[in-house]
Amino acid sequence: MSGFSRTELLVAVIARLLRGCNHVAVGASSPIPGSGALLARSLSEGQMRVSVLGSQRNNFFTNGGVELFDLAAEGRIDAFFLGGGQIDGRGNINLVGTGGYPRSEVRWPGSFGSAYMYFLVPRVILFREEHTRRVMVPQVDFVSAPGSSEGVHRPGGPFAMLTALALFYFDRERRRFRLASVHPGHSVEEVRDNTGFEFDCAAIVPETPGPDETILTRIRGPIREEIAEVYPRFAAKLAAPRDPSQPAAPPVV
Amino acid sequence: MTNKMFATVAELAGCVHNGSKLAVPKDLSGVAMQATRELVRRGVRDLHLVCVPTGGIQADILIGSDAVRTLETSAISLGEFGSGPRFAEAIRAGTLMMRDATCPAVYAALQAGEKGIPFIALRGLIGSDVMKHRSDWKVIDNPFAANDPIAVVPAIQPDVCMFHAPLADRSGNVFVGRQRELITMAHASRETLVTVEAITNANLIDDDARAGAVLPAIYVSHIAVAKRGAQPLALGNLYPDDEATLARYAMLSRTSDGFRQFLEEWLSQDLVEA
Repeated sequence: MSGFSRTELLVAVIARLLRGCNHVAVGASSPIPGSGALLARSLSEGQMRVSVLGSQRNNFFTNGGVELFDLAAEGRIDAFFLGGGQIDGRGNINLVGTGGYPRSEVRWPGSFGSAYMYFLVPRVILFREEHTRRVMVPQVDFVSAPGSSEGVHRPGGPFAMLTALALFYFDRERRRFRLASVHPGHSVEEVRDNTGFEFDCAAIVPETPGPDETILTRIRGPIREEIAEVYPRFAAKLAAPRDPSQPAAPPVV
Repeated sequence: MTNKMFATVAELAGCVHNGSKLAVPKDLSGVAMQATRELVRRGVRDLHLVCVPTGGIQADILIGSDAVRTLETSAISLGEFGSGPRFAEAIRAGTLMMRDATCPAVYAALQAGEKGIPFIALRGLIGSDVMKHRSDWKVIDNPFAANDPIAVVPAIQPDVCMFHAPLADRSGNVFVGRQRELITMAHASRETLVTVEAITNANLIDDDARAGAVLPAIYVSHIAVAKRGAQPLALGNLYPDDEATLARYAMLSRTSDGFRQFLEEWLSQDLVEA
């Protein structure tokens, strides 16, 4: 990987996944999705709205905490991000814990809004940097939100999953992930070795395209400044705009 | 107390009784941390804590202090500083009656509470383990359409809610700004306890620019002035998180000895901080 960091790659991929959306919402503790959404907005030339939870400047909500969820139920949010301590091959996500319930041996914060948003937002992007068999499991220990449903009002669900290794799309008919591309420096074998479930995979899997210079300049300039309002520490770690008289900074991986 | 409405922080905290169903807001909405310190100092017990819709350091401290018997929340998290260590420990030990929720269900249940109706319907939930473990949540058939199962959750009507806000006036009206979930929470609760940064002589309801963001006095039981009353958490644009204290809490509270050390330091602080 040269010229850009993993974080910058992920931000650029997220922006591509959001193309064509009218309104993208970003939940708590999501600096990379937040940056990706702000990048997508800046590339949409005024066509996209972005709501970043925890932001004053990039959050137009005036009806309190319930507004995000009401917007989703009304079909006014096109894309949202969810994660999971565990994710399985059917797109089920677990944000609660492992080793029994309610007395979980490992307890995570909780389901937040996932048991609702996953059902209602058409393009849910599962974002989880750690791509290991402890996260990508055959079956989640607790279903905070199921990947698919039958006989239930459900306009929403998983659209893609982005990790530190690869990008997958979710096939809602087959209820399975399909490997779409592998990030520079990684291989299909590595993805397979680190995934605890089966997924669909073409004979030849392309490499995830990285950000070009124009995109990098935006990420390191205006996007970094905007995301700093909510995630100052994250923004400080994003590479600063490059001074052409200085040699390029080595990639932070 | 010369005026029933206005109290000291300790008097205000005294209105949260053992066994109360207490509703508190999420970290960014104005958490009454100074009043929480008075609750811990008094050794309140057996609370049914409802986090609207999530909790942070406040809930973790109350759990670590053995003040909580039942916990209803969509998450407990210290944000950038990780998960709630005392919460995770109480889960492992099985000392909490846990009612895992999801954010919109908490809001919707409070909206049912403010309307005085017994339950409310909402989308999602069906097929999740959150739903499976909530015996008080049900699935019904939409009575107005065929083949449309939908989840219903019972109303939440807290005995008392407690939060921190920027400003109140002499009549007991409280300015909450954009944090309208505080208004919903107060509407649904029998009593509302508010700590504020300051009290203004102006009447907040007379000001058209602010009246829409005001909780009227009819819902408010007691108000106490607590300067920087949300610290170490932030309050809107008035002050940011006290990151050093939050980081110290996250580190110390990993062990019960460390938690006790934090608690001793925290309880020994003066009521009014610089």
